[in-house]
Amino acid sequence: MAMENPATSQIPVAGGAATLGSVAKNSESLSATRKKPLEIALFWIFALCAAVTVFTTFGIIAVLVTESAPFFREVSLARFFGEKEWAPLFNPPHYGVLSLICGTFLVAAGAALFSLPMGLLAAIYLSEYASPRARNIMKPVLELLAGVPTVVYGYFALLFITPLLQNGLESMTPTLQRVTGNPNLFPTIEVFNALSASIAIAIMTLPLVASLCEDSLRVVPRALREGAYALGATKMEVSLKVVVPAALSGIMASFILAVSRAVGETMIVALAAGASPKITLNPLESIQTMTGYIVQVSMGDVPHGSIGYQTIFAVGLVLFCITVLMNLASISLVKKYRHKYD
Amino acid sequence: MNTSSLSNLADKAMSESPTRKAETPSARNSTPQFNVAMAAAGEQNATPVIVEAEKINLFYGTKQALKSVSIPFHQNTISALIGPSGCGKSTFLRCLNRMNDLIEGCRTEGEVTLSGENIYTKGVDTVMLRQRVGMVFQKPNPFPMAIWDNIAYGPRLRGIKNKAVLGEIVEESLRGAALWDEVKDDLKKSALGLSGGQQQRLCIARALATKPEVLLMDEPCSALDPISTLKVEELMRELRGAYTIIIVTHNMQQAARVSDTTAFFLLGELIEMGASAKMFTDPSDKRTEDYITGRFG
Ligand SMILES: Nc1ncnc2c1ncn2[C@@H]1O[C@H](COP(=O)(O)OP(=O)(O)OP(=O)(O)O)[C@@H](O)[C@H]1O
Ligand SMILES: [Mg+2]
Repeated sequence: MAMENPATSQIPVAGGAATLGSVAKNSESLSATRKKPLEIALFWIFALCAAVTVFTTFGIIAVLVTESAPFFREVSLARFFGEKEWAPLFNPPHYGVLSLICGTFLVAAGAALFSLPMGLLAAIYLSEYASPRARNIMKPVLELLAGVPTVVYGYFALLFITPLLQNGLESMTPTLQRVTGNPNLFPTIEVFNALSASIAIAIMTLPLVASLCEDSLRVVPRALREGAYALGATKMEVSLKVVVPAALSGIMASFILAVSRAVGETMIVALAAGASPKITLNPLESIQTMTGYIVQVSMGDVPHGSIGYQTIFAVGLVLFCITVLMNLASISLVKKYRHKYD
Repeated sequence: MNTSSLSNLADKAMSESPTRKAETPSARNSTPQFNVAMAAAGEQNATPVIVEAEKINLFYGTKQALKSVSIPFHQNTISALIGPSGCGKSTFLRCLNRMNDLIEGCRTEGEVTLSGENIYTKGVDTVMLRQRVGMVFQKPNPFPMAIWDNIAYGPRLRGIKNKAVLGEIVEESLRGAALWDEVKDDLKKSALGLSGGQQQRLCIARALATKPEVLLMDEPCSALDPISTLKVEELMRELRGAYTIIIVTHNMQQAARVSDTTAFFLLGELIEMGASAKMFTDPSDKRTEDYITGRFG
């Protein structure tokens, strides 16, 4: 019809004519390929964006490997992982990266000790116990905590947590002396120490753990909870024996993510944990982490190209490998504990 | 039966004190709430009343979902609840084991007695109640754990720890739910690996493991294929001797096939209740007839 009367499609008024006009347009666009170029362009834009992320990853690996290659020509792997001391700028230099790895894990493990259980318990509270009102207030506050820049946590650790710990330990000293029967016992916390960095990192990662765990607890189907209640389970039994196991995959993932964040955290350890690489398990001492060392050297006046400077790429490579391993572990754990609901 | 005094008692149920009622449990057990229904089902329902809902009014917030519903359920019978979607069947079923307690803003008036005891009085232990009144849901909801642990879950809540005892309960329950032969070699495997029909029978076994007196089933076959459905129906007939079953179903044939009595709900009200044979051939209410003949809902 529209074909027979092309004039109608040119009349831009309402009514039958306009309808006819639009019908004509529709039948035209069916055969037209107008959208194709845009589709193709979009495809390439999307593909490019995806490629950028892949290329950056490979770029980082390439830089780390090529930049640290000269270092490993000079220092053997046996020396790198075998020596006990890390003092690349001293004479004679020591390249025992284990001191830095130890410091990193001391801080990360300390942080995990606080943040993982607390985050999970907070998540259980938010998802299973809190009234909707309480949840609506607490969750945004929690997420606000996640938005605080880490440099703030660093200063918080150095200027608030450390003095608090020092005062606390001082007031406990008489008790400790009595309990241990050693009047000469004077435990001290150094100004820079692993513990306050751990606590600050724990506070920093707590919202991450709580928020992610809460998400995975809440997606556990309501039917599963009702099934347990219908068997006579109490709220605690439902939460701990049904909901948490059902959400284990997400909980694991959030744990590993939090530990990765703790391992990679830089500002807090640079400010609060000190710069004395050593192999120790005492959190009251000053230590240095891998990230802390990298910051120290990049900000310092070590000449570019020197072996001292190349160390940061070697350390960076180790850090990168650890992070990749943790991600792989996370993926396999998530797979192992994932339950399919449909 | 002393009909007049008993119905008086029922009328006054709301205002009376629980102690007063506890004095006459045996008399209350045969309260003929529905004279028509009882007349029809009289010969079959010789067993005593085990669960009885009296004047249940239920509100979701301000919205009333059940309006003065009273139904007696006789021991070792199968009762079907039918009615169009949204008429309150599930809501009513969930009243019988207080599952509605879990829903925020849900308020229940009236009373439900289990062997003469009001389950809505203060101090009732919902844990014990739900172990005596088991429930099977519309969608199979096995826990994400081994088959064995799924079945042992309820008995464990009751404090049974002995592995041998639990093992016996597991086998007995799985046999009871006609699933034993299919899973006896895979008891340690995840229950989520079972088929939908097997999962539903697992859920029935899980409910049986607490040895309930009453089994509530909310559309237990709606997610199942015809063969699994038949298996579950067969199972219900077998269980009938030992359990009181109350089932919600949208399947008229199923209600007619398996149930002794049928109750028809409409918009939160109980329209009619009676022997299934009569309900499906000669209902007394026009609305029931319209519904079961498919002219409605
Ligand atoms: N959690 C709830 N909150 C508010 N209203 C609800 C809730 N659950 C049910 N209702 C309302 O109560 C009424 C009865 O619902 P119910 O689930 O008991 O119906 P039903 O008969 O089981 O329906 P169906 O056959 O579709 O399962 C419906 O109008 C429903 O909207
Ligand atoms: Mg329903």
